[in-house]
Parts: sequence; structure tokens; C-alpha cells
Amino acid sequence: MTALGALIRRDIRIALRVGGGALIGVLFFLTVVVLMPFAVGPDLVLLTRLGPAILWLGALLASLLTLDRLFTADHEDGSLDLIVMSRTPLELACAAKALAHWIAAGLPLVVATPVLGLLLNLDAVATGAVALTLLAGTPALTFIGMIGAALAVTMHRGGLLLAVLVLPLSIPVLIFGVAASQAAIVGPLPFGAPFSILCALSLMSFVVGPFAAAASLRHGLD
Amino acid sequence: MRLLGSDVRCVRGGREVFAGLSFQAAAGEAVAVTGRNGSGKTSLLRLIAGLLLPAGGSIAIEGGETELTVAEQAHYLGHRDALKPALSVDENLSFWSDFLGGGAARPTADCLAAVGLAHAAELPAAYLSAGQRRRLSLARLLAMPRPLWLLDEPTNALDVAGQAMFAELMRAHLAGGGLIIAATHGPLGIDARELRIGGVG
Repeated sequence: MTALGALIRRDIRIALRVGGGALIGVLFFLTVVVLMPFAVGPDLVLLTRLGPAILWLGALLASLLTLDRLFTADHEDGSLDLIVMSRTPLELACAAKALAHWIAAGLPLVVATPVLGLLLNLDAVATGAVALTLLAGTPALTFIGMIGAALAVTMHRGGLLLAVLVLPLSIPVLIFGVAASQAAIVGPLPFGAPFSILCALSLMSFVVGPFAAAASLRHGLD
Repeated sequence: MRLLGSDVRCVRGGREVFAGLSFQAAAGEAVAVTGRNGSGKTSLLRLIAGLLLPAGGSIAIEGGETELTVAEQAHYLGHRDALKPALSVDENLSFWSDFLGGGAARPTADCLAAVGLAHAAELPAAYLSAGQRRRLSLARLLAMPRPLWLLDEPTNALDVAGQAMFAELMRAHLAGGGLIIAATHGPLGIDARELRIGGVG
């Protein structure tokens, strides 16, 4: 456990230092969401209707933006070799890295959501619902994205490949995340059903993500 | 304990690098792997470290903790220093000592003093010179005891005093029953058996 704790602490620390990725994701999220009202126009009803979808799209793209560094940074400086060789199972190390990435890059998105909700004319309930769905859904984005990040490790400029690989896999998360938010705002469906599926998707990604990422890292060693 | 490689064959990118390579090293023994550029010195170290899969043959360690793989009993010091520029010298070393060691490690201040970096403990690793980065990687070998040291050009970038210091550390490791496999072009500074790959070059 010390090993995993150390890995999580290190990754969070690097992300928060100058040049780390934590702020970039939030800033990107902020930019995308702030631009939206300008593009859509000052139609408040329309903004309210689109709000959850815009916030979710912004969060999805923002979490992709920093994911490609998840393993490549460690691969480039040789840390990944030592992580693979260590006595800590690679699956757990992958899970720890993804968790650290989510804490540094995913959690700030959830925290920023209430501020951005104001810009999209969302009321308190709607903003709360979107923040809650993001809290339940962004871990799934990170853990699914980790698979793509692991596959892209051995390739130069794997960032684009990451987007192409990961975006289709995150469609279910997007669908149920937005559906749950819409259900909370306008109905008529109950909030519980899509939200439960969203949580299930997250839980599933916790299991599948680390194993798939570890397998692809082992396979891609050179 | 003994490291045994028998009939090891290595293929990289569809091309055979070496084949039929057998070697062994006993406790307290150092092996210097030599050969021209591209003969597969680094590949051999990475095969032993489990970072590459052999195309044939086997590498095993006899004695030691039987439930651990060769990689888990080894320290690997590659070309790349595995340092994070954003973290300080002490944070870099503490991380590896916690991650690799899990508690039973030697205090990081001790290790830094041993490699002559005690004065730079709080400095971000980004500001280290190439030689200092190397010294910091060497400190990782000390932070956590592992019987097998796999060293790839370990004396690169080290100054004369640094090389003498490192030779002393290697001697202490061998005296404690450790094994060293080092890929090198220059002299290591310790008595080592030579393992030549890929003929005369």
C-alpha cells in the first residue's frame, strides 16, 4: 500500500506543480463552456436545454486533453520501466495512476461546474444534478481513457490516436450522463435509472481499465 | 545465489541481435558486458530485467527469494534517469524508495550523502547537471537493497571523483553478496569478468 500511496502522491504533486496538467484541463473546460453561449446566442431557454450536454462535452474533451500524458511522460523518462519491474502488480499501479489523474484533473472539473452552470442559465437543482453526474461519470472517462493512453505509449504523437480510440468507448458514459442530468431538470424519466447505469459504467471501468491498460503496457514494452 | 542465462536469443524489430548467448554470475561477482554499438548490450540487460521477452532460451536466478521474479530482485539503471524535473531531489528519491521498497528502505538523506548530493536535496531535479542526475539515479540503488544490479553505461556523465565513488559503492555491493551486470565501453573501476557480445568489433 505504501507503494501505491507513493505513486498517487507523486502523480498528484507533479500535476499540481508548474507545467503539470491539472490546470490545463480546467482552463480548457472553462474556455469551451464560456464560448458556447457566444456561439449559440442569448436564447436562455435554448441554453438551459443544451446546458448539461455542453458541460458534459466540455468535461469529456478536457479529460482527454491531459490523458495522453498519463503513461507517455513515465515512458519517456524511464520511470515506466521501473514501475513494470517493481513488486507492485502493474494492474494496481495503473489503477493508482488513473486515480491520481482523476483527483488532479477530473475532480476540478466537477468543482468548476457550479460556476459554469451560471453561464448556461442552469438553476441550482440542474447544476447540482450535472455536478453529481460528472462526479459519478468522470472516473469512467479516466479509467476508459487509460486504456487508450496505454496503447498510445509506444507511439510518437499518440495523442490523436488516443482521441480516436477513446471517444467511441466513452459514448455510453456521455449518453447516460446527459440523460441523467436532463431527467433531473425536465423529466419525464426518473433520475435514478440513467444515473444508476452511469455508476455501473464507472464501476465496470474500474475493473476493465487497469487490466486492459496493464496488458497493453506489457505487450508494448520495447 | 546465481544468475543463469542459457542459450538466450534476442530479436528486435524482426532482426536477430544475438543468439545462443549463455552466461552466469555468482554472488559477489561482476560481469562487464562489452561489444560494439548495436551488438545488444542494452537488449541483454532489458531481457534480464524482464522488459523484453527472449525469443529463445531462459534467464533465471537461483537462490534468493524463490517467489520473486528476476526483475523483482533487480535494480535497473538505464540510459534514462527516471527523474521528474518538477520534483525536488529528495522527493524523487523518496518516491522510488517508497515505491520500490515499501518501508524497509534506507533513509534518503543517507543515500544522498553517499552519492554527494546532500547539499542539493531541496533543489528541483530540473536544475541538476547530467552528472548530478546520474548520481541521483545511483542513490536509488542504495535506497533499497536488491541483490542484482543491472547497469547500462553507469559511469556516463560521471566525473573522475564520481566514478571512484561509484566503484566504491559497487565494491560494497559485491562484498555484501550482490551481483552486478554492467554494459560498458570504458573501465568500470572494479574487477569484472568480461562477457563479449557479437564477436570482435
